[in-house]
Amino acid sequence: MGKLTIGCFSSLVGSLSLDFAVKLSEAAVKKGHDVDLWVSSNATMLSKKGQKPFKDYSHLAKTLTELFASGKFKAVACEACAEARGYHKDDTMEGWGRRSMDWYLASAFSADRVLLIGGD
Amino acid sequence: MAITKLAFIVRSLPYKTEASRLALTHAIASQTVEIYLEDGDNVEPVLCYIGDGVLNCLKNQQAGKHYGITSLEQHAKNSLLLDLKVMICKEDVDKFGLKEDQLVMDAEDIGGETNAQLVPYSEIQKVMEEVDHLQFF
Repeated sequence: MGKLTIGCFSSLVGSLSLDFAVKLSEAAVKKGHDVDLWVSSNATMLSKKGQKPFKDYSHLAKTLTELFASGKFKAVACEACAEARGYHKDDTMEGWGRRSMDWYLASAFSADRVLLIGGD
Repeated sequence: MAITKLAFIVRSLPYKTEASRLALTHAIASQTVEIYLEDGDNVEPVLCYIGDGVLNCLKNQQAGKHYGITSLEQHAKNSLLLDLKVMICKEDVDKFGLKEDQLVMDAEDIGGETNAQLVPYSEIQKVMEEVDHLQFF
């Protein structure tokens, strides 16, 4: 089995790039692979707790909770990007890490594949 | 002991989105990645500017004056100060009618010793084929 590192910068609402990144993570974990998901920039919104499901908007919190429970999935948000947007440690959903950008590069170091999804 | 080569290909305009800034800040973050790795292991970043991305290298950016934020010029200089390998696509620079002296090619004013390289796209293509992981911003 391999390790996949995914970086995503797009916001939770306003683009489906994060949906794709999480769905890809889910598919990879189901196949037995390990996945590291790094969110930076507007994608740090994904780490915020208290997201409510509405039919018109993406809601990924439930999938993330299941992924964290698999033990094969790590998700980390860029701390500076989150703080700049007012998402503080207390606002962070359970399971998430908060690190600086070097964590992503360290994950890439040992990854079999690195995918940057939604680079803007 | 291993080195993983990471290419950061910048093709986005400066300031229109956060993409090019994220390319530079992530590439610069390579300087502290060792804290997560075993002794002797490391990543080796290379920063390449192509297409619209070459405009990130322009001198005399006024982001501080107009937006109150650090300029991409400053980040470009920081990447050279930290001895990152930086390549700028010559054909794309020519397309914009730019000259080398209009671009950030060194960081001598802040103590840097590494220069950016103005190279044909074919050399950037070669780098893209050599690295372990390729990321477009």
